[in-house]
Amino acid sequence: MSTTAAAASTPRPVGRPRWRRLLGFNLLSAVILGIAGYYLGWFIGHRISTTKSFEFFSATDENDIALLLAYIFGVVGFLIGLGFANYPVSRMLGRPASLREKEQHGIGRYFGLCTDHKVVGIQYLVGIGLFFFIGGLNAMLIRTELLKSSPTFVGPNQYLSLVGMHGTMMMGMMTSGILGPFANYFVPIMIGARRMAFPRIEALTFWLLMAAGFILTSTIFFGGFPTGWTGYEPLNDQAVMGMDSYIVFFALVGISMCLLGLNMMATIITMRAPGLTWSRLPIFVWSVFATSVLMVLAAPMLVATLAMAALDRSIDTSFFVTGGGGSSYLFENLFWFFGHPEVYILAVPGFGIVLELIPVFTRKPLWGYRLAVSGMLGVTLLSFFVWQHHLFVSGINADLRPFYMLSTEIISIPTGFIFLCVMGTLWKARTSFSTPMLFCLGWAFNFLIGGLSGVFLSDTPSDTDTHGSFFVMAHFHYTIMGGLIFTFFAAIYYWVPKMTGLRFNERLSKIHFWSMFLAFNSTFMPLFVLGMEGMPRRVSFYEPKLHTLNVWVSISAFVLGLSMLVFLANTVYSLIFVRIKAESNPWRSKSLEWQVPTPVPVNNFEQIPIFDSDPYDYGTPVAIGGGQPAAVGA
Amino acid sequence: MAAEPHPGVAEPNHARRFTAIWLIASVIATPLVVFLLGPELPPGHGSEQASGHVTDNTVLLAMATPVLLLVLVYLIYAVINFRQPPGGMLEGPAIRGDARIQTTWIVITSALVLSLAAYGTVRLLADNGAGSGSGPTPLTVPKGHKLQVQVIAQQWAFTYRYPEYGGVETTHLELPVNQMVEMHVTSLDVIHSFWAYQLGVKADANPGVDNVLFVKPTKEETFEVHCSELCGIWHGYMFDHGHVVSPQAFETWIHQQETTMAPAKKVLPPYAHTYSPEPTRRAG
Repeated sequence: MSTTAAAASTPRPVGRPRWRRLLGFNLLSAVILGIAGYYLGWFIGHRISTTKSFEFFSATDENDIALLLAYIFGVVGFLIGLGFANYPVSRMLGRPASLREKEQHGIGRYFGLCTDHKVVGIQYLVGIGLFFFIGGLNAMLIRTELLKSSPTFVGPNQYLSLVGMHGTMMMGMMTSGILGPFANYFVPIMIGARRMAFPRIEALTFWLLMAAGFILTSTIFFGGFPTGWTGYEPLNDQAVMGMDSYIVFFALVGISMCLLGLNMMATIITMRAPGLTWSRLPIFVWSVFATSVLMVLAAPMLVATLAMAALDRSIDTSFFVTGGGGSSYLFENLFWFFGHPEVYILAVPGFGIVLELIPVFTRKPLWGYRLAVSGMLGVTLLSFFVWQHHLFVSGINADLRPFYMLSTEIISIPTGFIFLCVMGTLWKARTSFSTPMLFCLGWAFNFLIGGLSGVFLSDTPSDTDTHGSFFVMAHFHYTIMGGLIFTFFAAIYYWVPKMTGLRFNERLSKIHFWSMFLAFNSTFMPLFVLGMEGMPRRVSFYEPKLHTLNVWVSISAFVLGLSMLVFLANTVYSLIFVRIKAESNPWRSKSLEWQVPTPVPVNNFEQIPIFDSDPYDYGTPVAIGGGQPAAVGA
Repeated sequence: MAAEPHPGVAEPNHARRFTAIWLIASVIATPLVVFLLGPELPPGHGSEQASGHVTDNTVLLAMATPVLLLVLVYLIYAVINFRQPPGGMLEGPAIRGDARIQTTWIVITSALVLSLAAYGTVRLLADNGAGSGSGPTPLTVPKGHKLQVQVIAQQWAFTYRYPEYGGVETTHLELPVNQMVEMHVTSLDVIHSFWAYQLGVKADANPGVDNVLFVKPTKEETFEVHCSELCGIWHGYMFDHGHVVSPQAFETWIHQQETTMAPAKKVLPPYAHTYSPEPTRRAG
């Protein structure tokens, strides 16, 4: 199954003139075709809606059909320009199948369609990082506005757009925050495979996400959108054209998510090296598997819901409009049936990172491997049975609230397993507090607060006070930012030395952790109090008595923003200017990805490794039948 | 995953020491939380339902405190005691699990969680929905006379209608003290949420839905009314104060409203629990 010969044949002839290289399928042609597709869609949309049957178009100069078609055609053009159509077309013309035709060398491969999972991983890391910083910048602007108790900095419309863009960007982009960069890069290596199961689909998920990110950002040219990340109907139906950006963004994210999950599942199920039984699978791979199941089952619901919303907006179907026989409950139901698994799509990879990293830094095997796996699978299963706890006060299906209260509280049992495994691994450990370990401990603290505050929200009577208030906001920032983003950074500090072969500056990394951890808690802890004192979410106007605390939160948020700049400075300084080579295995990890050379060869392995144990053979045996210290894998 | 006994050689008995620290911390902290923080918890004692929420919040906090301390004390204990010496290359003990601890953990967390759910259910049903919007046909309904008030939300204001007083509509909410109130919350356009903070009341206002809640104010006071579901650009301004007043003051006020609103009432639509609005495009 080695395709080394095919890979070697791809570099373009050296003597080719530079202008000639610009022709062909690359980012430039993608952008050109994307823009062409956009205007084609815009043109067709205006032709369709010139009939007077769509009154509001002529009244307001707003044409959802045109914008939706423009976005769709633009994305298709963008993908064709990148070269995604080449392979299916050539197959239809009867040309032979090739596996890795887009594998290239040099820096150019990061700017186009590339089927090497290691390139896609780095593309994801940089691309998602970019949009993460845009989302973070929105948060800074939101907090600037909240320095005053009445709107002064931006108007209420721009404020809601900022809130919506922040939420949507983070919830959409960061769903692939760990699976995109780290699972794409490391899952094939960890399971002893030479590639992902569907390399072209892998590249497609990334470029879909990038197109989606630009579409969401473009909402500022169309008036923004007022609904926040939930996009509730009928406000959604009422909103200006910027809403279409939200719809297309989230639908593309949904498609990308679903494909990413399918690809991961197929890879993990079919491409494990000999000897890598399910019970020897690295726990990170298990978490990726669980997340993929969630993605595949939940994301199609999102895409379908948004398609309905788009039809409601463009050709006046009435799925969600009460006056036309639709129901706003339907949207809430469908959205949260996706939306609650979604938050576990964000949380479960974090569990995987923490459980994968802690054994390395404590020099102990993972404590309670099977418990950890059942915890993650339990969360996966149960997360489909809790969605109506988002609707406790909505009056929907009110008789079933005790059931959703029960299911929501039951989901804390498997989540508790993860904590027990972390605690068990820390027992009598030899912990060294490197930056990735600090971020893992930060996760433990944050997720503990996030989880316990969730108890107040899962209890229906108590939720009556906290629902829709800043308390909820604080809760999900503790679980998502404190859970996902902290582990995201743990993974960056742990794995980027492998991905780049370069070392981070240790002092700056520690400064980043401590400033981020303290500023994070100083920002979000007071939000619990604000929520309990009666501050609703998504307002730019609040009671003057809450002013002092809001100023405190804003200042902490700015420090949190600065801590991200420390990270950026660290990245630029360590990876671009200083460029100190990292040791080949700086954390003395026994996991397989640290045993392959840096940079990782195109085909990962000369020979497919054979596994005879899981990668957690740390520690000295303590009693009869203890773990046997042995070299792992290959 | 073999279950193995812990090694315990020439080291202090960490298990016993940690358990002692945690027990002491919990025994000190839990009563402090219950007795010092508990009475301060929101939303105060503006109504029977609000008082119920204070109790609920206190109970949840009392249950959460030992759990919080268990993990927190453990993390701190582990960070202090189980360290790699500087420059050390020591390996930890290769313990891969402990069936007894795992079983105990599962049993205890399950028991905690199930009792929480049972407690929540009992409180929800006993308190007739605990001030939350319970849909058009609530499962439990309080006995006795209930003052009906319809809350009609629209972008961006609440209107209140008192069907027992000839359907008079006001832009301002007043309620008599110690009188069970039955509120019907609905919306004319998008989803709103009616939140009377001091009364411990919250119910989403959905177009075409009659969302019923029960509340019995117990204190004469001014309370805040917010919209707590994003409803467009002036969502933050959907904010008002209501009043709980003595029954006599309420009667005076409502009759005064009836007189002032009499001309307007002639053009109001007939009383209904729900309204199915025409879609309003491009309004917000």
